Amino acid sequence: MTSYALFLGCTIPARQPHYELAARKALTKLGIQLVDLDGMTCCAPPPIQSIDLETSLAVAAYNICLAEEADLNIVTLCTGCFESLTIANRLLKEKPKLREKINKVLSNAGKEFKGTKEVKHYLQVLMGDVGVDRLKQNVVKPLKNLKVAAFSGCHLLRPSEILRFDDPERPRIFDTLIEALGAKSIPYKNKLRCCGGLLRGYADDVALAIARDKIVNAYNAGADCISTLCPFCFLTLDLGQTLIKATYKEEYNLPIIHYAELLSLSLGVEPKELALDFHKVKIDKVLEKIR
Amino acid sequence: MAEEKLLDFAREITGRLGGETITNCYQCGTCASTCPVARTTERYNPRQILRLALLGQRDEILKGDAIWLCASCYNCQERCPQKVEIADVIYALRNIAIQEGNTPAIYTDFATALISEGRLAPISKFLEKKRAEYGLPAIKPTGLEALKKILAATGFDKIVFKKEGATK
Ligand code: SF4
Ligand code: SF4
Repeated sequence: MTSYALFLGCTIPARQPHYELAARKALTKLGIQLVDLDGMTCCAPPPIQSIDLETSLAVAAYNICLAEEADLNIVTLCTGCFESLTIANRLLKEKPKLREKINKVLSNAGKEFKGTKEVKHYLQVLMGDVGVDRLKQNVVKPLKNLKVAAFSGCHLLRPSEILRFDDPERPRIFDTLIEALGAKSIPYKNKLRCCGGLLRGYADDVALAIARDKIVNAYNAGADCISTLCPFCFLTLDLGQTLIKATYKEEYNLPIIHYAELLSLSLGVEPKELALDFHKVKIDKVLEKIR
Repeated sequence: MAEEKLLDFAREITGRLGGETITNCYQCGTCASTCPVARTTERYNPRQILRLALLGQRDEILKGDAIWLCASCYNCQERCPQKVEIADVIYALRNIAIQEGNTPAIYTDFATALISEGRLAPISKFLEKKRAEYGLPAIKPTGLEALKKILAATGFDKIVFKKEGATK
């Protein structure tokens, strides 16, 4: 069985048990063993990078050290965690001077980054370890008739030179995995554009305007739901619709669903086994469609 | 002398992690035209930030609001014909601003959470109970001791909690 150290990050365990639950159920069903390591911390994402890039690299590297000690590769559910851990992993593997500098910092905590492990987003595990064919064979409830607006979030794809996940201008992986479940991944305007989530807390009005754009574009394209891969994008678009209603007096009721939830449902997990009440925009319409 | 001042700030930026590529910019505007924030608000334009920085407008950049409006989406960086690492340059500028005490309140909150909890979002009692109900494993404690040593070694708390002209 393939095993990974599960890197949960901050937002998922604190706010989105529905994501965690669905991801654990789906990946385990597909034969991936998830190991919860002691002592992981925040991955040091953009807010921390904004304060001090060097600190953020050191904190990310510390977490990778824990996986190295456990002799496990890391799987992340959050694209933000994927980005910050991958950047640290790549830069420290490829830049000896930087690695020396960061290792000096880490030595204070008794750690040394060795560069022996990989960081993967769970979609890479689905593509690489499970494979599209085996995934299809495991689908017991195809999501027929479901029109999905795929939204990968920025930090799965960019900066592509470092993340090397998919073609940054014409990505296919996420759409392929949606279609493997029997759903249709539909085109919509500005599909690859940001949700604005990282501006929340500093410029809420700007953040909301950008999020609204995403909702409107998916809605106008006739999507039944937007599928996300990142707890932050989820929050921005799900809770965002409550804020849009209050601010713009517009109501879209467009369900936002983590891909892991769609995956679980298609693998035969019953809706009542998932924590679906954590969705602000209720997803009943979607469940109705895939019954 | 003006020339000198101009080069000083550029040198300061290129000497920092993330800032290395700023001098490649030839002001084509590709970054601004692909930026979701610039399309949404007039308060923000990445090309202009780079120009002002290269012109040595240190105070305007570091004390102003603009550098905080980047959503870190890396769209611009992906498309810049000159391979300027724009989003990273903006991180470098933010790093300098914070070192000088120009720290937006929300960033102080992030830093405080990291230092005290080892995570940016605290876990409520309600959530802990819910997790158990759903059969999710209990949350593992964060490696706070190790983290504190790392943050002390980089001087993280000293960087953040230096207060001067804090913005917003
Ligand atoms: S796209 Fe690159 S070269 Fe063009 S203005 Fe922006 S940073 Fe400068
Ligand atoms: S990274 Fe910042 S400057 Fe670049 S496109 Fe995104 S929001 Fe605009």
